[in-house]
Amino acid sequence: MTSLLAQWNYFLVIILMMLGFYAVIARGNMVKKMIGLNIFQTSVFMLYISMGKVSNGTAPILTGDSSTVYSNPLPHVLILTAIVVGVATTAVGYALIIRIQESFNTIEDDEIIELMDDDEAASEGRAS
Amino acid sequence: MLHSETLIYALLGLPLVASLGVLLLRKWPNLRDGQAVLIGLLTAACAIEFFARGADGTSLTLLAMTPSLSISFTPEPLGLLFALVAGCLWPLATVYTISYLRGVHEDNQTRFMFFYAIAIHAAMAIALSGNLLTLFVFYEILTFSTYPLVTHKGTEDARQAGRVYLGILVASSVVFLLFGIIGVWVIAGTLDFTAGGILAGKIDPIYVPFLLGLFAFGIGKAALMPLHRWLPAAMVAPTPVSALLHAVAVVKAGVFTVLKVAIYIFGLDFLTSTGASEWLIIVASFSILAASIVALRKTNLKARLAYSTVSQLGYIVLGAALASPLAASGAALHIATHAAGKITLFFCAGAIYVAHHLSDIKDMDGLGRRMPITYGAFALAALSIIGVPPLGGAWSKFMLMGGALDGQHMLVLVVLMVSSLLNLVYLGEIVLRGFFAPAKAGSVADGGYAEAPWACVVPLCITALISILLFFSVDFFILSFTG
Amino acid sequence: MMHHLPILQVIVPLLAAPLIALLRGREIAWLATFIVTGVTFVISLLLYYQVSESGARLVYDLGGWAAPLGIVYVIDAASALVLPIVTGIGFVVTLAARHLVTAEIDQRDHALFFTAWLLTIAGMLGQVTTGDAFNIFVFLEISSLSAYALVAMGAGRDRRALPAAFNYLILGTVGATFYVIGLGLLYMLTGTLNLDDLAVRLADIEQTRAAYMAMAFIALGLFLKMALFPLHFWLVPAYSFAPSAVAALMAATATKVSVYVLVRLMFGVFGIGFVGISEGLGTVLLTLGIIGAFVGTLAAIIETDLKKLFAQSSIAQLGYMAIGIGIMTPAGLAAAFIHLFNHALMKGALFLAIGVIGAQTGRATMRTIEGAGRQIPMTMTAILFGGLALIGVPLTAGFISKLYLIRALLESDFWVLAGLTFVSSALALAYVWKIVEAAWLKPRPEGAPDLYETPMMWLPAWLLVIATIGFGIFASPLINGAVQAAAVFFGGQS
Repeated sequence: MTSLLAQWNYFLVIILMMLGFYAVIARGNMVKKMIGLNIFQTSVFMLYISMGKVSNGTAPILTGDSSTVYSNPLPHVLILTAIVVGVATTAVGYALIIRIQESFNTIEDDEIIELMDDDEAASEGRAS
Repeated sequence: MLHSETLIYALLGLPLVASLGVLLLRKWPNLRDGQAVLIGLLTAACAIEFFARGADGTSLTLLAMTPSLSISFTPEPLGLLFALVAGCLWPLATVYTISYLRGVHEDNQTRFMFFYAIAIHAAMAIALSGNLLTLFVFYEILTFSTYPLVTHKGTEDARQAGRVYLGILVASSVVFLLFGIIGVWVIAGTLDFTAGGILAGKIDPIYVPFLLGLFAFGIGKAALMPLHRWLPAAMVAPTPVSALLHAVAVVKAGVFTVLKVAIYIFGLDFLTSTGASEWLIIVASFSILAASIVALRKTNLKARLAYSTVSQLGYIVLGAALASPLAASGAALHIATHAAGKITLFFCAGAIYVAHHLSDIKDMDGLGRRMPITYGAFALAALSIIGVPPLGGAWSKFMLMGGALDGQHMLVLVVLMVSSLLNLVYLGEIVLRGFFAPAKAGSVADGGYAEAPWACVVPLCITALISILLFFSVDFFILSFTG
Repeated sequence: MMHHLPILQVIVPLLAAPLIALLRGREIAWLATFIVTGVTFVISLLLYYQVSESGARLVYDLGGWAAPLGIVYVIDAASALVLPIVTGIGFVVTLAARHLVTAEIDQRDHALFFTAWLLTIAGMLGQVTTGDAFNIFVFLEISSLSAYALVAMGAGRDRRALPAAFNYLILGTVGATFYVIGLGLLYMLTGTLNLDDLAVRLADIEQTRAAYMAMAFIALGLFLKMALFPLHFWLVPAYSFAPSAVAALMAATATKVSVYVLVRLMFGVFGIGFVGISEGLGTVLLTLGIIGAFVGTLAAIIETDLKKLFAQSSIAQLGYMAIGIGIMTPAGLAAAFIHLFNHALMKGALFLAIGVIGAQTGRATMRTIEGAGRQIPMTMTAILFGGLALIGVPLTAGFISKLYLIRALLESDFWVLAGLTFVSSALALAYVWKIVEAAWLKPRPEGAPDLYETPMMWLPAWLLVIATIGFGIFASPLINGAVQAAAVFFGGQS
């Protein structure tokens, strides 16, 4: 039991991950999808960061004392990169949402699908 | 003295030259067609010379795709026989085609002549192929090059027929035939045609019938029921195409492949010792009888001839399935005799169409009296198909029966006899109606002598005479296969 | 100079991309892109030559830091085979982009278009070259993010490109995140991200549940990226609403690179000895592969929009690659590499030829190509040859693919699967022939706009068609390359 509780950070990660993933799949609103995606990604960031923690370790800045225990800095560096990538993804996503709002006047999935079907019918009509 | 290699190049190259010539001379129809006939004659001469000389084991590798796969040509007696058939009938068919196309004013004659020559090239390559890969490559080229011929008219009917034609032939070949070929490749490690076969001892006999099935049904061009539908469907094509499909190139390429695979891949001994081809005997017998019965019920002349072809192809597959040397020789001979007979019948059907625009048998009562030469040739060819001496067809049927006796297949004897009777009925009806039935008043058949143009009539007379010739010089054409 | 080729392969397009964004004038932006893709193509050929000549693998330490501390770029027989596909296709498609982009993209956006274009290519090259698992993720995102933007640029002609790009973004990001999760688990287990080092350390540790989960997450993420059935739903809208040039580039290369990364991770890191690979992955790939082959082919048969039709066919073709990998033998993996290469050529040719039509009519549908065989014969003939290659007609590259795939299946006694593969590939005839009938056997409808073509328009497609036929006839170099590439991942076994 203690070992399970000791891993509370993983449970947190899993809960966040499922929350985010659920929002991505189940929400029709594109902004909500993006938020879900962000939560999903953030859970992964936390997975990495928490694994870099070494018990009783301090921040990985050289102290000059050879007995100092440091946390692992590499996951932090990786996640710094991943955050940058995540921000870029979010930016592209919202840019797309703005363009979708401009052209379709909605950002609801099901309404857009209807409008797309109309477009399909219209282009078929044009071709014939 | 020509080198064998030169002859291989000639047989493969001359039809290609002719097709190029057709393209280059498209502005001058007479030159265009003249050169095709001349090159055709040259091809025929080469084919005769090569056949008379016989195979000497020359092998020619044109292209090595990978170390174990190559496009190569190794003539052997059976292949030379097929090359002879295709080579000799091609110039005749060309003369006939030219006259037919001009007689009925078909469009796109250049395209037609071009693909006709390409189809012959593919047939020659199939005949001389030295391994299964080469055979498969040109088998597909033959299919695709005859597609524009079948759909030549461009109507909805033609498109529909083209779909059936291509669908069955390509699907069967890429699903079953290629499967079989790769299977052989994996099992035997080679694809070369070798006397006595390459599979003996390398495969568990239990699997042999399945492998044989992949080939029997993969070679859609052999029109074994139930894969025969493309053949009647392709009847929408102009008659010279039907002649090409039925007698010269396509179906003959199919049954030739079946025979070649049975003899040079499986090996006759291996087939008999494993009994792997027993089931094929039954299927082929069924195909023979069923197609004959369908033919009886068709009143469109070309459709009836098409089903007759399906039935006759069954003979050749049967010969391969019986897997005795005598039956295989008979099947090989039947390729030649049926080719001569069936091309004559189609030429006649085309001549009737060119002269009077008739295609239904019921309208042809009394027509024989207006077209005595055409009907005379038709009668001769019909007798040859039925198997009456002194015509070529008698020998091949006789040898097949002998083969059946060898293997104690009494039922096959019965099938052959019944089928001969059915042949007699459905082909005889046409001849009898033509010569003896009174012409319906006011019908086209009512009138004086009116033959098709001479360029249509002469080729069909020649092919009818070849049928007779085949009877008397049959020694020349009998190949012997041992093992 | 020759020593720096591995890094130049990636860095040249990566650095050129922002510079091109600064260029004004559409001709100059295109020309610069064309030159850069040409240079990357030459570099990849040199790399291939070096690797195949020496038989050794080239390892390049970034900044002089050796593995496992530093990031290394590794060129071995497998990556050397995939690089020329990406760069070669990129080069030819850029050649075609000249007229396609002029026709389809607003002139103000050209410089930005080509910036994103080079970034996509650079991202793909990075994924293939790098020897570091996290680096793969970074390059994956570089190529994906720019690809989302490129797909969205189709909005100038059809607004449906925007939702297509958005869905692509969502699923692409989910896939990439799955990959990162798997990687995190691997890192926890081994403490390294270098691919070679990972392989060594994984072999030592126990095959725990965490290792299986890592494998499953990574595989799932990459299945999404390579559009393996049933994770393929983003692909068809993304390809069909993207600008023609983008569709051609992505159809020919993007999914292929993901296939390569999958092979690299599954075989190169976990290795065939890993129970999850030998027991689980093979069955999954074979099953999904054959279902995907049928689903894609059948969907293509009923499709009337040519881009969508060939996008569906891509699902089927990816299925064949999955089958090749799933056989789990050197022969199967070699067959997958052969098909990966050949399919890139065929699909590139097809999408470029369709682009010629699409650039003129907005969309290439069965209706718009009716009777087109006489008006644009070179373009339609390119489609015919591409289609024949897809069916696997002899003397085309598709035939070689099929030959080796089936042989690999039969050698491992998958007779039924081989039969099913044959049936599904024969069904390809139906959708290819639909096009042939429409283009050649039907007359041009009254009032349909006249189509035209110039050599500059059909030449790029024909370059790939010629390559398709060339590799169908002279197949030895490719087969040798693929066998060597497969040997990279099975070397430890024998």
